[in-house]
Amino acid sequence: MSETHVLAEGATLNSFGHDPWWIIGLKALVVFVFLLLTVLITVWAERRIIGRMQLRPGPNRAGPFGILQALFDGIKGALKEDIVPRGVDKVVFFLAPILAAAPAMVSFSVIPWGGVVSIGGHKTPLQLADLPVAVLLPLAMASIGVYGFVLAGWSSMSPYALLGGLRSSAQVISYEIAMGLSFVAVFLFSGTLSTSEIVAAQAHGTAFKVAGMTLHTPSWYAVLLLPSFIIYIFTMMGESGRIPFDLPEGEGELVAGYHTEYSSLKFMMFYLAEYVNMTTLSALCTTLFLGGYRAPWPITWFWSGANSGWWPVLWFLIKIWMFTFFFIWLRAALPRVRYDQLMKLGWKVLIPVSLGWILFVSVVRALRNEHHDVGPIMIVAAIIVVLLLIASFLWERVSASEAQPEEAEAAAEQDPMAGGFPVPPLDAPHYHGVGNGRAPNSAEATRA
Amino acid sequence: MHGYYGTYLTVVVLFAIGAAIVGGAFLANRALRPHRPTPEKLTTYECGVDPVGEGWAQSYVRYYVFAYLYVVFAVDAVFLFPWATVFSAKGYGYVTLGEMFVFLAFIAAGLAYAWKKGVLGWV
Repeated sequence: MSETHVLAEGATLNSFGHDPWWIIGLKALVVFVFLLLTVLITVWAERRIIGRMQLRPGPNRAGPFGILQALFDGIKGALKEDIVPRGVDKVVFFLAPILAAAPAMVSFSVIPWGGVVSIGGHKTPLQLADLPVAVLLPLAMASIGVYGFVLAGWSSMSPYALLGGLRSSAQVISYEIAMGLSFVAVFLFSGTLSTSEIVAAQAHGTAFKVAGMTLHTPSWYAVLLLPSFIIYIFTMMGESGRIPFDLPEGEGELVAGYHTEYSSLKFMMFYLAEYVNMTTLSALCTTLFLGGYRAPWPITWFWSGANSGWWPVLWFLIKIWMFTFFFIWLRAALPRVRYDQLMKLGWKVLIPVSLGWILFVSVVRALRNEHHDVGPIMIVAAIIVVLLLIASFLWERVSASEAQPEEAEAAAEQDPMAGGFPVPPLDAPHYHGVGNGRAPNSAEATRA
Repeated sequence: MHGYYGTYLTVVVLFAIGAAIVGGAFLANRALRPHRPTPEKLTTYECGVDPVGEGWAQSYVRYYVFAYLYVVFAVDAVFLFPWATVFSAKGYGYVTLGEMFVFLAFIAAGLAYAWKKGVLGWV
């Protein structure tokens, strides 16, 4: 495949803003229909796949292989009686599910699902919108989606819902920082925040020749920036609020978390938000790390037309569904983590590791730009990483052996029934610098 | 529909379609669903037991610490984005790198301070 051919098919920022209104409307409609259909299929696929993993059939009555089950459940759920408990704040209670579902859908508008195609004689990129700061939009929308969960919890006037909403917000904002940091390395390489240009930047690695053949270094950022990719996978799980990080709705503790009091269509909105989020996060990961809509390497090697016309949509769908399957697989395979483990992973592992990784990547980039040899830096970095791992391992062993007796002592101090009914310890001692040793205050969390 | 703001206009269009779909769905829902409230149905759900007191429970006040930390770190992360895009352009050499190292050192110091204070740990 020649270089000019590739460039002609890929979209850039300049490809946007030339569409007539009906193409914009069509694309917006397609985004909505695609997301709603994907949710239906994902719900069905999840139940079938988890059924298979648990040696049971899963839904198999409605339609062939039960594929209509999700649709019927959706219709039935939306037609149920809508119970609004007496105590709730009615306006906020109504707005919260919309606030949760809408941002998840808006995020998808900056995801490219194909290159430039011709619709009715117009050349148009298969992407609803692209901005010079496109990747900021999903991050911003994730933050707005948090309002939906918090306000749902707050307006329900129920302890379970309130705790679920608070947990959800703390979890999502904690993981969003690490998510933003994991993107920085991608921007360092692509030099842009526009999603279509990030996809274009992953089109080719640098060429090198072996035995007369021209080969390319891997061009996907998932390979080039593997640590960023792994951090994103963790944050993606945290952001989506699914197992193993589904603490906000841990049914053993909180009934159903922030949507305990919701029923009928309002509940379906939260359900929709969760699954749309899953698709959007998968699509974002595909775009930033897996070369977006571009065909994977072995296919482009023997089929030069793989990236032209409508074919990219197929590669895009395959990549998204790989991630969706990954989500479902994790749900079947992993137990729920504890809340302190969740926060520890987010703040004490993912964020420091991201910061260190950004430093490393930027140094390597700078040296390469100035045509220096990066070999020594790599060796020094490898030594530092190994030393840190050993140090954190030792620290964990030492602090684990120290922590045992103190924890038992602390448990004895608290009166769990103070005030006549169970209350959590509101005034934790380590806020005042007392008993600081008991707080897990150091590298014991470096279980990356 | 043209130019720089045209691409933002498409986002507005998407918003409008979304509002229409949501509004239509709620109207249809209101028209089609049954509505038979009873006093028991309208109580707050507490696993079958009558709710104790009214409204909210006491909850961990420490959630607000994470909100503060989020504001600090998310803003910092956003400052990294423009730096990352111009970083490898001509004329931005080691000085740019050094400046960002200083900036990241400040963030790291903030994180280390929070860590030392023990607010990152969950009891």
